[in-house]
Amino acid sequence: MHLCPGTPTPAHSTVTETHVITTTDLTKVYRSRGREVTALDGVDLHVREGEVYGVIGQSGAGKSSLIRCVNLLERPTSGTVTVAGQDLTALAGRGSRAGRELRQARSRIGMVFQHFNLLSSRTVQDNVELPLEILGKSGGERSRKALELLDLVGLADKAGAYPAQLSGGQKQRVGIARALAGDPKVLLSDEATSALDPETTRSILALLRDLNRQLGLTVLLITHEMDVVKSVCDSAALMENGRIVESGTVSELLATPGSELAAALFPLDGEASGEDRTVVDVTFQGESATQPVISQLARTYNIDISILGAAIDTVGGLQVGRMRIELPGRYEDNVVPIGFLREKGLQIDVPGHESVLVKEGAQ
Amino acid sequence: MTWSEMQPLLEQACWDTLYMVGWSTLIAVVGGLPLGILLVLTDRGGLLQNVVANKVIGQIVNIARSLPFIILMVALMTFTRWITGTTIGREAAIVPLAVGAIPFFARLVETAVREVDHGLVEAVQAMGGNTWTVVRKVLVPESLPSLISSTTTTVVALIGYSAMAGTVGAGGLGDIAIRYGYQRFETQMMWITVAILAVVISVIQFAGDYAARSLHRRGAHSGPAPKLRLLKAAS
Repeated sequence: MHLCPGTPTPAHSTVTETHVITTTDLTKVYRSRGREVTALDGVDLHVREGEVYGVIGQSGAGKSSLIRCVNLLERPTSGTVTVAGQDLTALAGRGSRAGRELRQARSRIGMVFQHFNLLSSRTVQDNVELPLEILGKSGGERSRKALELLDLVGLADKAGAYPAQLSGGQKQRVGIARALAGDPKVLLSDEATSALDPETTRSILALLRDLNRQLGLTVLLITHEMDVVKSVCDSAALMENGRIVESGTVSELLATPGSELAAALFPLDGEASGEDRTVVDVTFQGESATQPVISQLARTYNIDISILGAAIDTVGGLQVGRMRIELPGRYEDNVVPIGFLREKGLQIDVPGHESVLVKEGAQ
Repeated sequence: MTWSEMQPLLEQACWDTLYMVGWSTLIAVVGGLPLGILLVLTDRGGLLQNVVANKVIGQIVNIARSLPFIILMVALMTFTRWITGTTIGREAAIVPLAVGAIPFFARLVETAVREVDHGLVEAVQAMGGNTWTVVRKVLVPESLPSLISSTTTTVVALIGYSAMAGTVGAGGLGDIAIRYGYQRFETQMMWITVAILAVVISVIQFAGDYAARSLHRRGAHSGPAPKLRLLKAAS
């Protein structure tokens, strides 16, 4: 069958195996008025160079604390943060104020914010020049770089405008241009699209994706919107209660039986039509998508297969097909056909029978 | 009194008032601005969090603000003599005026600076800026419209205080109004000084509001904001 046309997986040319952001056993505990709140509970995060990595979770899951710990805007209670080979937690020292070395390291990490955080008293160009002023660049160099960046984000004509005169999407573009001023290797995005409408969100995500591809920029983004992960991320992690409960590349996640993220990225509906029926979710990606497996299955075992739901989508640049089919008979009767599908290299989930499968965290 | 008699007196009084208020405003801004910013920075959760320092500065400011100006002036006489070498005249009046205005202005600065969105501070920190960068590039420029309004309020308050400076022989419009208008029953003289004070204060207030507004306009609220305000008022 050709549900998913056999397009080869688009090359993730910028992704290398080097880890550019690593957190080890990161813990953050907030203490206020004798109460302790654990925001991060032993987080190990590995972001590879050149990828777009999404951390998704509900509000209060600890995503915001996590991204703020990466450039040490928040001091982790314990654990280490390494960015581009530099142990930032070691640079931070003990005091609450950032020393010179930490500030230098921060200037090489760009950050964009949900509410843009542009200075209303400065023009767009002056906002983009701000990080360059902090780096001590000369006036000529600053304006050349700022105009170049504004051109890159498509706002060359707005250099003299004030932030209040821009739309939300334009403000975020300025925020992105500003974040790139220090030529960072890493861009942190703190819910950068959460204050924007769906269309603007798409254009900002496309911009992030382009920058990732063109500049080889590593992007770590946090979001509560599954669509964001779906449209731009190479890898993703799901956070719950201060822990990362699932993580991996999108294809790894899709290949993980019972993965919550995979199910959320690619939801399938359809209930079993009767007691004596077995519902099976089939995930096709890459090579396996080209084989006519469903008709082979029907012919080999002489069974009738109904399709309850099916979809093809692009997730993180990968074309993926998913199908929910129904086989006659109980699960026990269908062990052989299910085994046949597995043998064909497809990923099979049997809803309600997750316990049969070993749930393994893809790393 | 004829106008030719009054004119030189009034002219001199105007200059005395401007002189006293001008210098003491300058000193109040130079002293009160850092003090107000320090109040914000040392507060709990601030960039230079220091609860003890915050409490101490806060208390000093509160005490200085709670003293009526006339008492402050008398209480500071020794200090005034140490600074200016005299306790009478315009220069001597500037010292208590400035000392009284510094905590007043500092509190206004504190309020203005506290209004600055913490996200902006965070953004500058994320760029690698230190506390001084935050103060210079964020806190002061972003609160500038409010700071100008605070300065206007301080100038107007200082004009009020300066009326009492006549007690130490510093002259000024308030002094003329009391000496001629009240003590010598020169009602005309009093009404003229009142008119001059009213005009001076209106001009200062207008200029201050204009400056604050024109700075603010480039920021936000250029278009639909006034309409919204009208709608709210109507509902």
